[in-house]
Amino acid sequence: MRPDDRRYLKSHEWCKIEDGVATIGITDYAVANLSDLVFLDLPQPGTSISHSEPFGEIESVKAVSDLYSPVSGEILEANQELPDDLDTLKTDPWAQGWMLKVKVSEESGDLLDAAAYEKLLESEG
Amino acid sequence: MRETVLKSIHESHQARMVPFGGWTMPVQYVGILEEARAVRGAAGLFDLGHMGRVTVRGGDATAFLQRLQTNDAAKIAAGRIRYAMILDDAGKTQDDILVYRDPDEDGFFVVVNAGNADRDLEIMHRVAAEFGNVRIDVLTDELAMLAIQGPEAAGIVAGLTDVDIPSLKYYSWARGRVGSTQGALSRTGYTGEDGFELYVPAATAESLWKQALEIGSPKGLIPCGLGSRDILRLEAGMPLYGHEIDETTTPLDAGLDFAVKFTHDFVGRGALEQIQAAGGPSTRLCGLRADSRRVPRQGYPVMAGDREIGKICSGGASPTLETNIATAHLPAEFAEPGTELEFAIRDKREPLKVVTLPFYSRTR
Repeated sequence: MRPDDRRYLKSHEWCKIEDGVATIGITDYAVANLSDLVFLDLPQPGTSISHSEPFGEIESVKAVSDLYSPVSGEILEANQELPDDLDTLKTDPWAQGWMLKVKVSEESGDLLDAAAYEKLLESEG
Repeated sequence: MRETVLKSIHESHQARMVPFGGWTMPVQYVGILEEARAVRGAAGLFDLGHMGRVTVRGGDATAFLQRLQTNDAAKIAAGRIRYAMILDDAGKTQDDILVYRDPDEDGFFVVVNAGNADRDLEIMHRVAAEFGNVRIDVLTDELAMLAIQGPEAAGIVAGLTDVDIPSLKYYSWARGRVGSTQGALSRTGYTGEDGFELYVPAATAESLWKQALEIGSPKGLIPCGLGSRDILRLEAGMPLYGHEIDETTTPLDAGLDFAVKFTHDFVGRGALEQIQAAGGPSTRLCGLRADSRRVPRQGYPVMAGDREIGKICSGGASPTLETNIATAHLPAEFAEPGTELEFAIRDKREPLKVVTLPFYSRTR
């Protein structure tokens, strides 16, 4: 079971919203599926992002994938260490592997709770 | 999608399966980079059941092959193997193949690419119609094909066969016991390492796989998928059909002149001679290093300033060179090693440098 203190997108990003600030990352399933990560591009603090639109790119040995935002809002912080230490995404995707902190103006309508996300993964096999 | 006889083995290893050339094949077991490193450092075990396998027999077999493909089949000694192309009349590549001359009797064994196998057979039957006595038999279903590649491969394979491995030369083959049954093996591969390709009856493939792992695991042998095979062959500068070579390229474009012998009347010979007489191809197949983090991939534009001068044929993260590598057909004026170029990835540019092929060659 994935952490139930946060919600998920079908595209395997998670967000944990506390006091109007969303911490955003990607799930262990996404990390395992990408495998052999080589590159991560995150936007700068101060820029605005929109839910359901790409906010960055993650690249593995196999392919380049877009990262989708669970929320709209202004980026307060980006995890500056993460692009230089992509192994953190393998070892701790839920905490140390966070990507962005965003001041939430709107949440995506497609957020899944942990149980619904788990079901989705089962159906993806 | 077709499945090889090792399907349930791949399931038991929890391989990630992908479509490739009409087959469902394992792309990786534990990870592409880890598998590639195993082949460079120890050994890897591959299922190559998707490769097309054909025997060519009959009194006109040699004459037929001389017409069909670019290498000189008449000069292949018994038990030896040559790399060759099948071309069309315009000299464009229809497939790249290995031609095995039978070690024991008259005839040949030909290994072709999975994705081209149907077309190859059409071409073979069309060319065979020019000759009287040629028999073409497809063995893809009845024979399994495995590869064991890497510096430990010779020791592992010696434990699986009664063929004398130390005396088996590179690009040679022999029949003998392979695993628990009679089969054949060749000292060939597509990784840039010493290695072997093993042929056994389909029904015994699973037991051979298991026996290979039993003997090989203590020496570092692990199952490897097509993902690692692709980066290994790219490091070794070996072309892949659909990437460096395809229906739009001649062997001269890809620097594969060594596989073309103008000693016999193969299909496409006239077109190649015309290209040579006109000064040769205007582009070269170049090796490229991309030392930023981004991976150049097939189809990405190669840029010299604002001019697009070609497209990436193959690209990948090289575990051996610890950087990203790629190939592209580039105009001769940009083909000099050291030339600084860029590739475009989405809306960004990343640096590329022309380097000499191959990227990697093993030290014996």
